Formats: sequence, C-alpha cells, structure tokens
Amino acid sequence: MIDNRIQQFIMNGILMLIAIAMIAPLLLLFISSITDEKALVANGYSYFPETLSIGAYTYIADNSEMIFSAYGITILVTLIGTFIGLIITAMMSFALSVRGVPGTSIISFLVFFTMLFNGGLVPSYIMWTSLGVVNTIWAYVFPFLLTNAFNIILIRSYFATNIPNEIYESAKIDGAGYYRIFATMVLPLGKPILVTIGLFTGLNYWNDWQNGLYFITQPDMLSIQALLNKMNQNIQAVISYTSVSSSSAATIPHVSIRMAIAFVAILPILAMYPFLQKYFASGIMGGAVKG
Amino acid sequence: MPLYVMMIPCALYLLINNYVPMAGIIAAFKSFKATEGLLGSPWVGWRNFEYLFKSNDMMIIIRNTMLYNVAFILVNNVIGIIIAIMITNVKSKRYQKFYQSSVLLPFTMSMVVISYVVFAFLSQQNGMLNNSIFQSNPIQWYNDPTWWPLILTLVQCWKYVGYGILIYIAGISVIDKSLYEAASIDGAGAWKQITRITLPSLMPAIITLFLLSIGRICYSDFGLFYLIPQNSGPLFNVTATIDTYVYSALMSPGGIGRSAATGLMQAVVGFVLVLGANGLVRRLSSRDAMF
Repeated sequence: MIDNRIQQFIMNGILMLIAIAMIAPLLLLFISSITDEKALVANGYSYFPETLSIGAYTYIADNSEMIFSAYGITILVTLIGTFIGLIITAMMSFALSVRGVPGTSIISFLVFFTMLFNGGLVPSYIMWTSLGVVNTIWAYVFPFLLTNAFNIILIRSYFATNIPNEIYESAKIDGAGYYRIFATMVLPLGKPILVTIGLFTGLNYWNDWQNGLYFITQPDMLSIQALLNKMNQNIQAVISYTSVSSSSAATIPHVSIRMAIAFVAILPILAMYPFLQKYFASGIMGGAVKG
Repeated sequence: MPLYVMMIPCALYLLINNYVPMAGIIAAFKSFKATEGLLGSPWVGWRNFEYLFKSNDMMIIIRNTMLYNVAFILVNNVIGIIIAIMITNVKSKRYQKFYQSSVLLPFTMSMVVISYVVFAFLSQQNGMLNNSIFQSNPIQWYNDPTWWPLILTLVQCWKYVGYGILIYIAGISVIDKSLYEAASIDGAGAWKQITRITLPSLMPAIITLFLLSIGRICYSDFGLFYLIPQNSGPLFNVTATIDTYVYSALMSPGGIGRSAATGLMQAVVGFVLVLGANGLVRRLSSRDAMF
C-alpha cells in the first residue's frame, strides 16, 4: 500500500534505526567485554574504546572453575528440564486431545484453572524448600518452569487440529496401543509445535535466575544466570571466591570481566538465534492467530 | 486406561507445583515458624494484613505496579502496532525478515544480562552515559529516582515490544489483500488505508490483548523491577512493586506473613480482574475470549 519509492526509503530508514536500537545495547556489552581494563577505568564503557584486550576472557579461562561449573549446571538443567517438561506436557496434551475419553473436561478445567489463580511465592517457596530441593540441581528443574497450562493447551489444540482422531481408531484396529500411537505417530506429526514449545522451555531454563535466587545458597551450585545475579550484588566476593590463584581483588579486571561473563552467558542464544527466531516467530504468531 | 496413565506425570506436577501452594495461602493467616512447619504454626487471623495497611509501603507498591502497567500497555501497543504496520509494508522480504528478527532479539535475553547492559550505560563511575553525554555533570543514576520511570519503561519496551510486534504482524497478515487493492483503486492513500482497513481489522486483537493485560495489572515483572535498579534503596519509591515487595518481605526476618498476605491479595484481585476482563472480551468478540 506504501508504493512510493521515497516513502519506502524513509520507512526502511526508520526501521533500520529501530533495528540498530534493538541490537546496539547488546553490542555495548560485547565491546565492553573486549575493552582493556585500564581504558575502561579511565573512560568507562564505550562503543569506541581506546585499547582492546581479551584480558577478561583469558582471566575467565585461567581462573574461574566456578564459571565453568555454573555453565555446566545451566546446560545440564536446560537439557533435563526441557526433556522432562516436553515429554510430560506432550503426554498430557495428547491424552486430552483424544475425543470421547471420560473425565477429560474436568482435567482440562483443572489444567486451565492454574492460569487463573495461584498461591503466590510464599507457599511455593515453603513447599519446595521442605521438599528438599535447596542447593540441588532439582531446585532449577522443578519449581515453576517444567510445564504450564499455556503450553499444554497450545500443544493439545495443535494435536486436535492437525492429527485427525480417525488415525487413532485405525491404529487401534491394527492392534497398536496408545503408547505406541503416541511414540510412533503423535510425536513425529506434532514435531513443529513440540520443537517450538521445547525451544521456549529451553530458553526459560537457560535464562532463569529466580530459582537460583530462591533456592541456592551454596556458591558452587549457582547456575550461570544465578552467578551473574550474585556478582551483581557483590562482585568482589564472588570473584575472589572463584579465583583459584590468590591474586588480590584489586588486580582482577572486574570492570570488564563482569561484561565478559554476561556475554558468555548469551553466546549460545546468539549462536542459535537464526534458528531460534524462526520457531519463536512462528510460535508467537501461531498462538496469536489461534487466539 | 493408558491415556490416564499418560496424564499422571503432568497432573502430579501441576498438583505439586500449582495446587498445593494454593492450599498454602493459609500462610497469610499464620505466624510462620520454620521449625513447626506451615500447618503447625499458630493462626493469627488478619494480623498480617493489618500490619500491611498500617505501612506506607502498600500504597507505593500498588500505585507503582498499576501505573507502570498502564504505561507499559500503552507504550508497547502503540509502538508495537506502528512498527508492525511499517514492517508489513516493507517491499523487500529480506529486509522484513531482518527487522523481524532484530526486534525479537532482546526478548531472548535474560533479565540478569539486561541488568548488566543497563549497568554499562548507567554505572555512576564507568557508565557510558556519565562518560560521554553527561561528562560535565554526571548523574547518580542509581541514587536519583527522577529518571527511573522512563528508564524502566524504555527497558521494558526494548525487551518485550518485539513480542507484540510479531502478534500484530500475524494479525495484519490475515487481512484480505483485496481490501487494499480496492481501496487504492478508489484512490485511498496509505494513511486512509491504515486508518480505515488495517486498524479496524486489528481492533479485536488490540482489545483482547488490552483486556488481558488489564487482567494482569497487579502483576509485575519481578526481574525488571528487582534487577534493573540493582535493588537500590534510594529508588524504592519509584521502583518497588508488589512482586519485589513480596520477595523482599519473604527474605527479611519475620516477614513471611506479610509477604504471604501481599501475595494472597495479589492473587485474589488478579483472579477477579482476569474473570472480569475475560467476561468483557467475551461480550465484545466471543471468539477471542480465553474461556
């Protein structure tokens, strides 16, 4: 509808500026992380640093076992949480999408009701603490993130609209039980939505810092996000704890190192971004169109 | 039968993660003692609530939560719609793709990392702003409440606007193209086409999103308000929300009752608002209602 070449040119110009505004803040994070510590102390964080240096990264590589272990915890939790979450969500969604099963409307309602009302942070905190998740990796996996009503409903409606119930009938005539139908038919046919929800769940696990804040007190159990959060509160304490060598806190390049750790934390997301954004876009748009 | 078995893991999870804490709202009426557990702790009636309403904090956090939400709803939707209309009018598919993926990028970053990015701009000593634009009269960003309503709105918009843009792009993409063709044959310009075709067609989506966000008006993004201001005391009046209050009360000695009471009120008011908002959506366009 905007056909005019000048209009197109102006519009592209504005959108280009918006795109730059979206990306530029993250660029500052990256440039800060490769700026020489002395230049940072003298001139502050800057897009055009005087001297570049990979000092912060070599420092991380040499000194901080804890950053590696935090990274390991994040990877482990993301894999376990996404895997368990996706399996149990898919099974529930499948069971709810089969027509004519008594009781499914009540269960659907109970699933849905969790979107409307919640007990709040305190009861959840008391309960998960008393279940003994504190300072274990389960503190990252189980509370809040494993699955939610929204995902269940989204996957169920995908199954219900894309996999005709008649397939189940004929499979049953051939002697296949529901477990086999689920494993050999539903999972492959539902792949697009499962990948999308899996990526969303995985991103939530990767980015989660709240469970670390609530349930982790031991420094060696911090995930990468929880570690970043701790460093925010007290960078000196965390870095002197993490450093293997006994170098004094003053010699640590802490102005650049915090940015380097933050950048390392988003690196996998950036690396996977072209792939991620395709599925996210279709997930967000699909959810919206269906309502 | 196998279908019920497949529901069990997920049902069990929702039971533990969502329903048990709903019963745990009794914490709001108890004086919680960790040694005696939730059930063993003594009842105190409404005392936790009375305590809350005697302090000034309650007014501040309710005001902040609601006003920020109103600002976020307005800013995100207005900017989201404008950018979505612009992107869908770009001729080049390659540019369209690029704009789409750049606006979604901040959405995939964790709030902790974003708090580092914001710190790189605002840090009193090393921040980019104090070392460039405000070099002559540096601003004590983390001690001066003046700018925070603007900063939080900007950060929030930067992180989440991409999500809204994609929803609106999806909404625009299903509008019948022949409407635009007919309009331009009749001599309607771009502006007329936007105001007479695009916006009216988006109206149901806009109203639905608007009402749903009204339903969540007493919830705030904990990470945004807790991490971005670095939990700085002098900023309390402009950055504290119900969710940051619930957390800090939970972590302060003897604050569990207060925290639970606040959380319960939030959940109850939220429940009523969601029901109300959904009722309105159903009246306006029943297709878009959640239930």
